[in-house]
Amino acid sequence: MPDIKVTPLGAGQDVGRSCILVSIGGKNIMLDCGMHMGYNDDRRFPDFSYITQNGRLTEFLDCVIISHFHLDHCGALPYMSEMVGYDGPIYMTHPTKAICPILLEDFRKITVDKKGETNFFTSQMIKDCMKKVVPLNLHQTVQVDEELEIKAYYAGHVLGAAMVQIKVGSESVVYTGDYNMTPDRHLGAAWIDKCRPDLLISESTYATTIRDSKRCRERDFLKKVHETVERGGKVLIPVFALGRAQELCILLETFWERMNLKAPIYFSTGLTEKANHYYKLFITWTNQKIRKTFVQRNMFEFKHIKAFDRSYADNPGPMVVFATPGMLHAGQSLLIFKKWAGNEKNMVIMPGYCVQGTVGHKILNGQKKLEMEGRATVIIGTLDVKLQVEYMSFSAHADAKGIMQLIRMAEPRNMLLVHGEAKKMEFLKDKIEQEFSISCYMPANGETTSIVTNPSVPVDISLNLLKREMALGGPLPDAKRPRTMHGTLIMKDNSLRLVSPEQALKELGLSEHQLRFTCRVQLHDPHSDNDTLGRIYTHLKSVLKTYSIQHVPDGTVIVESIVIKVTSSAEEPNLKVILLSWSYQDEELGSFLSTLLKKGLPS
Amino acid sequence: MSAHINHVVVVLQQVSLEEVPAKKLRLTKPSKSAALHIDLCKATSPTDALQYLLSFARRPVEAESVEGVVRILLEHYYKESDNSVRLKIASLLGLLSKTQGFAPDCIVDDAINTLNNEKSHQVLAQLLGTLLIIGTQLPDKIAVVQRLIDVACKHLSSTYFGVRNKCLQLLGCLGTVDKPLSKETDAGPGAQTSHVRDVQSVISDYFQDQDPRVRTAAIKAMLQLHERGMKIQQTIYNQACKLLSDDYEQVRSAAVQMVWVLSQLYPESIVPIPSSNEEIRLVDDSFGKICHMVSDGSWVVRVQAAKLLGSMHQVSPHFLEQTLDKKLMSDLRRKRTAHERAKELYASGEFSSGRRWADDAPKEKVDTSGVNLIDSGACGAFVHGLEDEMYEVRISAVEALCSLAQSSPSFAEKCLDFLVDMFNDEIEEVRLQSIHVLRQISTHITLREDQLDTVLAVLEDSSRDIREALHELLCYTNVSTKDCIQLALVELLKNLTKYPTDRNSVWKCLKFLGARHPTLVLPIVPELLSTHPYFDTPEPDMDDPAYIAVLVLVFNAAKSCPTMPALFSDHTFRHYAYLRDSLSHLVPHLRLPGRKQTASSGLEASGVGSGSLESAQNFLQDSLVRVSALQNLETPGAQDLLEFTIRDLLRLGELQTELAGSADFCATYLHCQLLLTKALQEKLWTMAVPLCLKQNAKVSTAARQILDETYKLEFLYSGLETQQIATIHNIRLQAKALQLILTARSKPGVDRVLGACEKFLQDVESFQRLFMTELPHFQDSFVEKLLELMPRLTTCKPLDLVKILQTTLRQSGFIHLKLPEQIHRASATIIEPTGESDNPLKFTTGLVVALDIDATLEHVQDPQTSVKVQVLYPDGQSHIIHPKPGDFRTPGPGRVRLITQVYLSHSAWTEACQIEVRLLLAYSSSSSKQSASKPAWNESMGGLPTSESCIESTIHLSKPVKVFIMPKPARR
Repeated sequence: MPDIKVTPLGAGQDVGRSCILVSIGGKNIMLDCGMHMGYNDDRRFPDFSYITQNGRLTEFLDCVIISHFHLDHCGALPYMSEMVGYDGPIYMTHPTKAICPILLEDFRKITVDKKGETNFFTSQMIKDCMKKVVPLNLHQTVQVDEELEIKAYYAGHVLGAAMVQIKVGSESVVYTGDYNMTPDRHLGAAWIDKCRPDLLISESTYATTIRDSKRCRERDFLKKVHETVERGGKVLIPVFALGRAQELCILLETFWERMNLKAPIYFSTGLTEKANHYYKLFITWTNQKIRKTFVQRNMFEFKHIKAFDRSYADNPGPMVVFATPGMLHAGQSLLIFKKWAGNEKNMVIMPGYCVQGTVGHKILNGQKKLEMEGRATVIIGTLDVKLQVEYMSFSAHADAKGIMQLIRMAEPRNMLLVHGEAKKMEFLKDKIEQEFSISCYMPANGETTSIVTNPSVPVDISLNLLKREMALGGPLPDAKRPRTMHGTLIMKDNSLRLVSPEQALKELGLSEHQLRFTCRVQLHDPHSDNDTLGRIYTHLKSVLKTYSIQHVPDGTVIVESIVIKVTSSAEEPNLKVILLSWSYQDEELGSFLSTLLKKGLPS
Repeated sequence: MSAHINHVVVVLQQVSLEEVPAKKLRLTKPSKSAALHIDLCKATSPTDALQYLLSFARRPVEAESVEGVVRILLEHYYKESDNSVRLKIASLLGLLSKTQGFAPDCIVDDAINTLNNEKSHQVLAQLLGTLLIIGTQLPDKIAVVQRLIDVACKHLSSTYFGVRNKCLQLLGCLGTVDKPLSKETDAGPGAQTSHVRDVQSVISDYFQDQDPRVRTAAIKAMLQLHERGMKIQQTIYNQACKLLSDDYEQVRSAAVQMVWVLSQLYPESIVPIPSSNEEIRLVDDSFGKICHMVSDGSWVVRVQAAKLLGSMHQVSPHFLEQTLDKKLMSDLRRKRTAHERAKELYASGEFSSGRRWADDAPKEKVDTSGVNLIDSGACGAFVHGLEDEMYEVRISAVEALCSLAQSSPSFAEKCLDFLVDMFNDEIEEVRLQSIHVLRQISTHITLREDQLDTVLAVLEDSSRDIREALHELLCYTNVSTKDCIQLALVELLKNLTKYPTDRNSVWKCLKFLGARHPTLVLPIVPELLSTHPYFDTPEPDMDDPAYIAVLVLVFNAAKSCPTMPALFSDHTFRHYAYLRDSLSHLVPHLRLPGRKQTASSGLEASGVGSGSLESAQNFLQDSLVRVSALQNLETPGAQDLLEFTIRDLLRLGELQTELAGSADFCATYLHCQLLLTKALQEKLWTMAVPLCLKQNAKVSTAARQILDETYKLEFLYSGLETQQIATIHNIRLQAKALQLILTARSKPGVDRVLGACEKFLQDVESFQRLFMTELPHFQDSFVEKLLELMPRLTTCKPLDLVKILQTTLRQSGFIHLKLPEQIHRASATIIEPTGESDNPLKFTTGLVVALDIDATLEHVQDPQTSVKVQVLYPDGQSHIIHPKPGDFRTPGPGRVRLITQVYLSHSAWTEACQIEVRLLLAYSSSSSKQSASKPAWNESMGGLPTSESCIESTIHLSKPVKVFIMPKPARR
């Protein structure tokens, strides 16, 4: 049986370093090519030597597909394409193609320039890698080669995130990447049609969570910011440059507009400005509201949000500042935090998760005194944290309900979970199997899952044959009910054709052989041969109403093509032997007649 | 030859254009079918023929010639070999049979015959469509309908989806239940015995059709049957439910409706739950299924599902409450929703939330087997609907919530949190809608303090609509504690300082808030009025809107709380007296100690005013009867009686607001009569022409005035019946006749008089056309006499006509007015600008300045087209500005609010000066309330735009407001 093989090189029962190999219908596809944030050694990249021990990947992979621009989905791309070696096509959506190099460059700078690593990809490599990228549009079917086609669906999550359908013949796989089933302030919800793939590969970050309505969170956030600003306090929101930051900007911007507030909002410069530029461009990828109103005003052209300058931090009066990075571990956000921490009127809002050891994590856990480190991890003093610390989660992954909803939308035959913790996946796997009764897999990294498919084999059918069958059957062909038809299947030159037997004979230059069955039925009947035949005729006439029955004068009855003769032996005139003869095509009717006649004639 | 005839036809049409319109019809009639015939014969190619048919379709056909046209079309149909031409002919047949006044039964046979020989599927489908139209025109002819149904059944087995669609439509529109259908049996001779089936099972067979369009058509046909009053069988339910998971959105959308219809028909029947032994009510089952559709992939279906949920009132409360329930969990541990947490915090008395990171940390462990991630039931349907990506879905979900909450108080209580959350939606329409909804269900609920807090936060919204909606909401809200009142007051005062234009709205809001919660206001009165038991506090500024706001709240609370006035200080009483006078609509009457006399007298006055509606009505009737007793107005005393009656009626209108419309209307009408009589009694009629110039002026003013008054009568009052309008027109004709006579007498030029005469005769004719049915009521009137003389009038010379008119005018009697049930006088008040400002609005010459106008209109019909703003500059220049349709809001029935901006500009002035702004009601005498019936036949093709420029004149609708402006010369 044909099958689909899936091997996660990363993100199997794990979060980070997404990289999944799929072989379907003889094609090998790599889905995402990410890095792991938690490691700084070789483990941060997927193990490409799994695919090929040495040498280039090009002959093993037909294409690479990147779902969105987060580094855990595209971080290893230049490494793979330039350092390991891959020259085939790389597919990603337009926004991803635009934003991805910025992030890669930033990532490279931090690793090479700040941490001083060598043997890392260079700026030139990023550029070269990007030249291999083929951009995708939503719902556009792209032919990678003659058999392999891919199609992108909207996934929410971040700007340009896509789910991809991969199709070879009648077999198909859908890979979701990261997706979000609830819309937010700048992006819509993921959507897919009822494409019924053989396999749905879904992320499962929040496999065991059902989230509350996001309106409450938004309202709380706005209320807290509003209150602080009204009091004359300053609000610091540490964010990462892309994704959530834009959502929060839109949220605050519209709120400021609605409430006619005057306090300034600042956004720390750098990466973000470039990114905002792309958000302005890719309006079609955003949500309904932004798409509909951009003619009057592009929502990403912020009226109240201005670029931040280091000197503004000391300005008196209320203000709101977005600053990078998000965990308060370094950079501008930490600098501002130190300045504002002493005043209880101020507030810091952490919009995401903080890794242990960062300042963000400490203050979220209620630490009131922080030891500040100088250059060489020398403690140079303590900092009293008097400002208010708030935590506000704005995550853009589908929760358990969202995942179930997507399964219901796509109706896959099999399910495979990646991008999540093993323990949580286990729960979701049970639920999926129980509620949809489809099988669900959750391979670990390097473990191969193969899914047996039952692909349909397309056969060319001759039009004449089809028309003949149509004429025979009922008034309407019913698509839901299978129907049998007679024909000859010719397998020649890698093509399959179904033609009528006559045509097949003609084409193959064969002569037709007739196959006839004959059968004798003995019957006690006191009448003469001819009378018996007559009686058989009337009997059959009464039973088989719709068939043509002929009584031929030479002593035979012909039902369609079946010939019936009656003979009697000389010694026993009452014992009649009825001779039935029919061709192979009329087997059904013939056997029916023989059993009918065996029962005897009605008196 | 044919070309020649055609030419003649064209010439005739050209000629006819210059003739009177009435004759034009008669000339073109025979040409219609003939021209078509000729055109079609001439057509050499199908494209030509198609062109002819298309141009033919653009013009209407009269009912009498329809049949001829149909015959010609059919004749060509049989000859035609091109599919597209036959298709067009078929569609024309359908259009033609819709012609008013044409009974299409004569063409049924022909139409059915055409079906038999037709090979093209498209044409077949179109022909069936034509039959459908014919059938819907003849719903009473059972034989025809039966034949059509038979035809439809026969073609149901077609292989083309369009044909099946049309057949199903036919069955849906015409099928009957009482007469079972015999399914056509010619298909298989002898194979099946003909069995009798009814329409519903025939249609339901096609629920499983392979083509989604046919499936949709089948469901739609079933819905059509339901609309026509047939009871759909319950057996359909299961089939319809299966279609809910169809691949195609239009099928699902129709199926949702079908399921809903069935749930309304059989709410109480019991259906089994699959995969278990339990059974539930059908309405609950379908509710669950429709809830499921709220998370469908297509937003069209989601909108529909959300809408329909709102009308399922019979559903059990248990299921209903599930729709707002979404079991939260985090890491497999049960988590409480933010709403629950807020409630608990409130209950425990601690009012702050979410200051710590792990505040919402999940508590108890969830039993993994017990979690149902995909709920078959209604779980969380509204939670999803309200979070939907498309605002259309969110709005319908909000509306559905409203409708369900109105019928179930407990549900109203539950959905409160969700509605309050919607106040934060990103789209203003949704926010506005949720505020309106909350107002509608506010009778069921009491807001908690934290909820009120969220609600009040919206008061700072920059959108005026939102704020006003919120004020409206606060008017109806119940709150639970005195802190809530204080909170609301503080926020409203903040609102007042931020947006001073909201003054009236805020005051009104506080009025209701006070009146609703007297006991809650009582404990905070000293604080509100900043009184102190020992010390005298300074007297607050009486002109401060915030202080007035507080007083409004306190006084309204004091109305039903007699102990409150004891807490007032002296100046409060003084302020009360002042406010009671200046803002009497906001400040109620209070029983204050030491002011008994005024109080009692006031009470009496108001008692008289309110209690005597009936007697006032009697009075009105009596005076009308008294007037109607007058036969001849020229008798001495009659005019005095009229004058007194007019005076009485006007006074009555002032006293009794409910009858103001009727009384004013009568008074104006009588005034017209009085003016007319007086004018006719003038001596000028006996005088020689040159001597009467002075009198002439007097009479012509009277005529002018009567005309104006009649336009007011016709357009300013709503609720008039045809008879009254005819009466008004009668008196207008009299005034016009008077004018005509005057012209004839004063200006002897014949040409001028000739034109005026023709115009007058046209007016008379149009009167006859419009009020044909009312003529019996006009015995002995001016109009009746005029119409009797009409044949003579049209032929005689202008001067003779004038003479006849003069005598008729003097002889004709006085028509008595019959009062209709309800008459309302349209009125408008400009709230803003107030006209009190002393600071001129300064702007540079040549540029424009925008002036905000805020006005309320009452009983104005069709304000979008008729209400205009007039700006009158001191130099006599006047501008009329048409407000945009979007500037009109309708806060209540009969009430319209106009909030708009007008742009002013002028050349430089040396000093500031006042301009006048007022509202006008535009009307045109030609578009009287009898709307002329449009041609029913393909009105879309008639290229005539309905002229909006037919405004003739205007009536003043409001008092003018003065605005001080100062255009400054431009600086170089």
